[in-house]
Amino acid sequence: MPSISRDEVAHLAKLARLAVTEDELDLFAGQLDVILQSVASVGDIATADIPPTSHAVPLTNVFREDVVRPSLGQQQALSGAPEAEDGRFRVPRILGEEA
Amino acid sequence: MTNDLIHATAAELAAKIHSGEVSSVEVTQAHLDRIAETDGKVHAFLHVDTEGALAQARRVDEAVKAGEQVSPLAGVPLALKDVMTTEGVPTTVGSKILEGWIPPYDATVTRKLKEAGVVILGKTNMDEFAMGSSTENSAYGPTHNPWDLDRIPGGSGGGSSASLAAFQAPLAIGTDTGGSIRQPGAVTGTVGVKPTYGGVSRYGLVAFSSSLDQAGPCARTVLDAALLHEVIAGYDHMDSTSINAPVPPVVAAAREGLSGDLSGLRIGVVTQFTGEGYQQGVLRSFEAAVSQLKELGAEIADVSCPSFDYALPAYYLIAPSECSSNLARFDAMRYGLRVGDDGTRSTEEVMSLTREAGFGPEVKRRIMIGTYALSSGYYDAYYGSAQKVRTLITQDFAKAFENFDVLISPTTPTTAFKIGERADDPMAMYKADLCTIPANLAGTPAMSVPSGLSDEDGMPVGLQIMAPALQDHRMYRVAAAYEAARGAFGGPSL
Repeated sequence: MPSISRDEVAHLAKLARLAVTEDELDLFAGQLDVILQSVASVGDIATADIPPTSHAVPLTNVFREDVVRPSLGQQQALSGAPEAEDGRFRVPRILGEEA
Repeated sequence: MTNDLIHATAAELAAKIHSGEVSSVEVTQAHLDRIAETDGKVHAFLHVDTEGALAQARRVDEAVKAGEQVSPLAGVPLALKDVMTTEGVPTTVGSKILEGWIPPYDATVTRKLKEAGVVILGKTNMDEFAMGSSTENSAYGPTHNPWDLDRIPGGSGGGSSASLAAFQAPLAIGTDTGGSIRQPGAVTGTVGVKPTYGGVSRYGLVAFSSSLDQAGPCARTVLDAALLHEVIAGYDHMDSTSINAPVPPVVAAAREGLSGDLSGLRIGVVTQFTGEGYQQGVLRSFEAAVSQLKELGAEIADVSCPSFDYALPAYYLIAPSECSSNLARFDAMRYGLRVGDDGTRSTEEVMSLTREAGFGPEVKRRIMIGTYALSSGYYDAYYGSAQKVRTLITQDFAKAFENFDVLISPTTPTTAFKIGERADDPMAMYKADLCTIPANLAGTPAMSVPSGLSDEDGMPVGLQIMAPALQDHRMYRVAAAYEAARGAFGGPSL
């Protein structure tokens, strides 16, 4: 199994939206390597003929009647928002400066 | 009087409250006083809801006085794991990212408890996002094991189990993704049950690994756990994986078990869960339990489930994969912490800074492992293989249950370890869940019942009992019979 480098950990952190510090990169690179080496043993018995299980209970889509039911009001839905404005969530800019 | 009230079982308290011998307010106040007196040492609670608890207790007392029919646990206090949302009461999941969050709605479990008249004393400490086996990963400091304050109370539901062992509450709610109800139960000398997956609604349970997460009852006796099980279980249209089937008759099974007769019951001892890495005192306690079960009339034989050796690695791929997806919702936009929004930074930068500041090291580790296991090029080798192991584990359970009614093992390889002992070694920490994980992967019910104290260190040991899906009542019958035969084993002094 391939070992995991510091650069790969930095890439994973970026994908996962974690602004990790330089010290954390050193710590996690070592730990993730040990963990991934340990769990790689699943490949020893997972042969091609075994079907995968994603869920213990066979899942079927659940439908319900298309009727209005009580739900959170606007004020309740916004009650935990870091910032709200005019009844909406207020978020930082989502496009680049030049866009 | 107070001493009697905090040492009583939930069943005893319910009987006294419903007959008018004692009020729910008195019972609730006795437990609130006990918390005030002992939680400086134990730190089982993150939030105590004195006002809400007493208000609920008064409602029950009024109903009893008016001669109304009340539900079986009405008026009895309970400690609720801080992973369940509670309308108007803080819910942190042990994380800084939800510090100060007041949910606008109740989890289904919370709602059912309230409707049943159960008195919610407060919210209990836990490993952040239920990721851990020691409660040391809580952002709000560790919980201490009431049997030895230098030791861990297990995790992730260490707060719930410690509150029971410390007589701060007779009932508690936990959630079990890889053992987070059973392992804390084992190391604190209390009962912990993971019901069949889908038996208890996940609505309002802050998600860690959705295909594994299952809420369940915690108590000091098997009958109390059964009574609580029936309060929280049942179909819920708010959870698409909720099972639409009758709740297994666990209370009747627990009462039947108390008769102490297990004649003809076939019990399989899982041979994978012994040997190297298992503490001698744990194995001796387990052997003693096997002998007692034989005396009760059970037929006991060994059973091999070879794929169980691969359950731990499969779990530490599947659970992080699901968590890396689930925890994407903590984006600093709709609720919870927001860091670094100074007007110059983009949403993505604020998101990354917030998640960095709000998540602890174990959560970050698991998010990154999951991100890795799901990434193209590694998916087949890691996540795909883990899903195949899950199939094999389910098949091993099915084969074993052709010949046995229930399976047993120690709940944990060791008793409670010292706080800090495994903090820097994630793989050593993960091994605490070695015996509990297979039931999560297969979705089958499993529970831990105390099997006394280890002769080496005087710390509690747990006996794990596993049953087929929707046969939760089978394990309650065995556990109740065993509990009666085992007898009392004392309690911690605080």
